[in-house]
Amino acid sequence: MKVFRILARNIRDAFRSVFRNFSLSMASISSITITLLVVAISIILSYNVNNFGVLVEKDITIVAFIENDATEEDILKIEQQINKLANVESYEFESKEEISKEMMESSEVLSKIMEDWTLDDNPLQNTFLVKVSDIEKIGETANKIKDMDNIALVKYGEDMVEQLVKGFKVVEKISIIIVISLILVTAFLISNTIKITIFSRKTEIGIMRLVGASNINIKIPFILEGLFLGILGSILPIVGITYGYVALYNNFEGELFFSPFIKLIKPIPFIYYVSGILISIGILVGMFGSWRAVKKHLKV
Amino acid sequence: MDLINIRNVQKQYKTGVVAIYDMNLSIKKGEFVFVIGSTGCGKSTLIKMLYREEKPTNGKILVGGIDVAKLRNSRVFKLRRQIGVVFQNYRLLERLTVYENVAFALEIFGAPKYEIHQKVIKVLDLVGLKNRAKNYPNQLSGGEQQRVAIARAIVNGPKLLICDEPTGNLDEETSAEIMEVIEEINKLGTTIIMVTHDRNIVEKAKKRVILLDAGRILKDYEKGTYINESI
Repeated sequence: MKVFRILARNIRDAFRSVFRNFSLSMASISSITITLLVVAISIILSYNVNNFGVLVEKDITIVAFIENDATEEDILKIEQQINKLANVESYEFESKEEISKEMMESSEVLSKIMEDWTLDDNPLQNTFLVKVSDIEKIGETANKIKDMDNIALVKYGEDMVEQLVKGFKVVEKISIIIVISLILVTAFLISNTIKITIFSRKTEIGIMRLVGASNINIKIPFILEGLFLGILGSILPIVGITYGYVALYNNFEGELFFSPFIKLIKPIPFIYYVSGILISIGILVGMFGSWRAVKKHLKV
Repeated sequence: MDLINIRNVQKQYKTGVVAIYDMNLSIKKGEFVFVIGSTGCGKSTLIKMLYREEKPTNGKILVGGIDVAKLRNSRVFKLRRQIGVVFQNYRLLERLTVYENVAFALEIFGAPKYEIHQKVIKVLDLVGLKNRAKNYPNQLSGGEQQRVAIARAIVNGPKLLICDEPTGNLDEETSAEIMEVIEEINKLGTTIIMVTHDRNIVEKAKKRVILLDAGRILKDYEKGTYINESI
């Protein structure tokens, strides 16, 4: 009972002091709000950039051209071999008729030229389209396919792919570093703001000590106050990114710029995750800042 | 029985200044003791050591059975809960009402609400501020603020009330009223140690008086024997 009473009073005191020290609370809350907004934007950007990478990587396909004199049996054998490869996520057979049809559909000029090709003088080749699960091992997989019988040629845009993969790895690392350092800067900024606001309440802490409050008695309301400040400070960024991101997504219908490859991450559940991250940062940093500030005044 | 026992206490500040030299003093339960002396004689240091705002450099201080010199920082609250302290500048929480300021000292123990209410109303009645409970400190006069501070100091029934120049900021009339309150508290059984500059108050009260000079006890007047000899 006693513990509950003390806890309930601590919560009440924390609330009370947020509102009775409103101008100071506003300083902390707005510092949390602003820094969390920056963090939110950087999280959204870096996730999306990384997502572009994932999308592009998913789209990369190995095209294996089959010799024209290969029999249906040979093709079946190739299919079985591809199926056995560890790094293959999916594969698809595309006959030369299908390819020519596709090409004719794609352009009028081609359709004029290819119109009178018969089944026999179609110079195209049957192909297997292979998607890999690990993009970094795509070269290895492509070589294995190339070594199979009746495979004429294997193409996967070697140079481009390797550079792209390297590029995205770099982007990923940089964006993680940026987000983490932003979070650290935020933690520092917020905890300093709270520290300054608590400094002005040094006498209050002194009085609490004087009337016989134990150190824990003193710390808990301040830490709870930090928690409330964190929650209050993260409301605006969360509302902002939720509406902002959904509006952005709807405006571009999920496709950014010119390319259908580059897609924004679907807002739901993505914004829930981001909101969760923001409110956790707000709460943790708020509590940490208060704790750090009070601790300093308890060394007497 | 001694409530306070000071044995061979010396206090030297980090700056090298010696505030108290080899002091021996005992104060009995229920006594009313004035500590007087000129500025810098060590009276503030003496009482600060009693509620462990300062630690003695050497010697032993027992307050209600607690060895103050050996008390760890995290345990100080145990001592403070047995002591009430009143200052010249009141030290009230400006953002809390009179009632909340007094109740605060009980809430940290986790006392139930009705008990807090009873006790707070009772002490506010004792100091004559029952009808100002909902006011904030800045709405009160100096004398009234000091009464709130006294109420807060005694609400949890401490054995000892330390008063550091409680009338320092108050006019003569208000000082006399505050003294009445403090003497009333003493009559209810609380030991009082009061530091003051105001020799008139000391003379009128006819209590035990300890005269300090340059960190030493110059004279220890028995109850009622103090005469204002200007030194």
